[in-house]
Amino acid sequence: MIEAEHLVKDYGANRAVDGVSFHVRKGDILGFLGPNGAGKSTTMKMLTGFLSPNAGVARIGGHDVQKNPIEAKKLFGYLPENGPLYHEMTVSEFLRFIAEMRGFRTGPDRIEKIGRVVEICHLDDVLNQTIDTLSKGYRQRVGLAQAVLHDPSCLIMDEPTEGLDPNQKQEVRKLIGSMSEEKAIILSTHILDEAEAVCNRIIIIANGRILVDEKPEDLRRRHPRYNAVRLTLHGADTKPVLNILSALEPVEKVWQEDDWLIVVPGKDKTVDQLVLQTAREHNWPLASMEKLPVPLEEVFWNLTQDN
Amino acid sequence: MQPVLTLFKREFYGYFRTPVGYVFLIVFVVASVGMMWFVGRFFDTNDAGLNRFFVFMPWIFLFLIPAVGMRLWAEEKKSGTWELLFTLPLSVTQAVFAKFLAGWAFVSVAIGLTFTLPLTVAYLGDPDWGPIFTGYFGGILMAGAYLSICSLTSSLTKNQVIGFVLSISICLVLVLMGWSVFNDLLLSAHLPIWVVDGLSNFSFVTHFDSMMRGLVTVRDVAFFLTLSAFCLFLNVLVLER
Repeated sequence: MIEAEHLVKDYGANRAVDGVSFHVRKGDILGFLGPNGAGKSTTMKMLTGFLSPNAGVARIGGHDVQKNPIEAKKLFGYLPENGPLYHEMTVSEFLRFIAEMRGFRTGPDRIEKIGRVVEICHLDDVLNQTIDTLSKGYRQRVGLAQAVLHDPSCLIMDEPTEGLDPNQKQEVRKLIGSMSEEKAIILSTHILDEAEAVCNRIIIIANGRILVDEKPEDLRRRHPRYNAVRLTLHGADTKPVLNILSALEPVEKVWQEDDWLIVVPGKDKTVDQLVLQTAREHNWPLASMEKLPVPLEEVFWNLTQDN
Repeated sequence: MQPVLTLFKREFYGYFRTPVGYVFLIVFVVASVGMMWFVGRFFDTNDAGLNRFFVFMPWIFLFLIPAVGMRLWAEEKKSGTWELLFTLPLSVTQAVFAKFLAGWAFVSVAIGLTFTLPLTVAYLGDPDWGPIFTGYFGGILMAGAYLSICSLTSSLTKNQVIGFVLSISICLVLVLMGWSVFNDLLLSAHLPIWVVDGLSNFSFVTHFDSMMRGLVTVRDVAFFLTLSAFCLFLNVLVLER
């Protein structure tokens, strides 16, 4: 539903986006990740038709956003970065303006559309307040409300949870999750946990190029310690244990860090069952054993540093 | 056409959402009446007409219309709302047109609020209504031309002050070129008459002059309309990037 085809954007001599292509289908929640200045926002602005690309095509629902902007713009909702809003309007005036712009001009139709977003974004308490006086969390929700007012089939959001407190973040994530089945969604973020919690697909972009386009779990697999386990023993001598473990076939590396023994398997192999079995065979006084946490941050760091 | 109407409404009511709009209306009316009464020495002319009011109009517009126009696009750019606006289903041309029309309507309200002047003149004497009507008509047309220039300059910058200064500068040139004092100055600098005449043909004052005397010609109306259309066309080009 949302297609980017070799999008290129230059700012002067600087190439901000360099041949970005992807395709977002219904049901996808695509997380757009990358360091600051990687070209995330620029790509999103080209998808919405706000910026025209130097080369390449952006399509929404099959409509070229440059050649057929009005048709394309009817199909998506957009939450720009920092949620710009008309601050002198009240929330209800603003939503009414958006509804009319979106073509809901008759009373009942408009009231129904506005009522729906007021409910899902919890705006009933602030309807008659000017946007100027709202907290950042409320403003972000107003921005979200205008983006989904016409129940669009595509949703493009630039840092939707930026500047919100943890509870508000959770709420916005839930909201996005609840809409995902019906829509194709793109959101940019630099919070990796958020991308993992909300998205079912992740694109990492750096220096204007796509480095990775895959599921969060596949991204995790790229970590050199993916599937590694760590264990502690009750006061036993760790030397022989280390020797036995390192002799196991799928094990690539074993070492000790404080009380933990860390066992790293070779690529695409698992060791947890084997380690348990070996521990039982040798009667090791096993105190605990767990999978080594694999922070996505490290995967992200490795990927973007290499570049 | 519906999006134009919606945006027009938002923009027009927008002038009344902040105190700035009311301040503008008051300043405009006070300045117009003050100039006519005190600088123009209305009573000394011994003439039941609004000539003394219309004569100052290009000068009052020079400062006050850029004050209205400077925010048209600069504010949207600065606050980022133009990103919101241009991802709604309306074209740049429609947006430019709607915002311009709203500003024009607002300035027309300000001009309309001077209605007490013709009433006063009618009370004091027996005015010739022709020049009064054509003067108001010309004034509104001229306001549109001023505003289109301000809309264009406002779209060139994020900074309202730059927009304001740029607008005043351009409008000042367009006023001066037709101002008799300035024309005499040019003539005394040994510029050929045809050059000075040519220049004054591009001035607001020259085309407004005949209208405030009661003469509406196609040439003058066309001047204001084509100037407005041309500036708005450039405005669209600037915003389409």
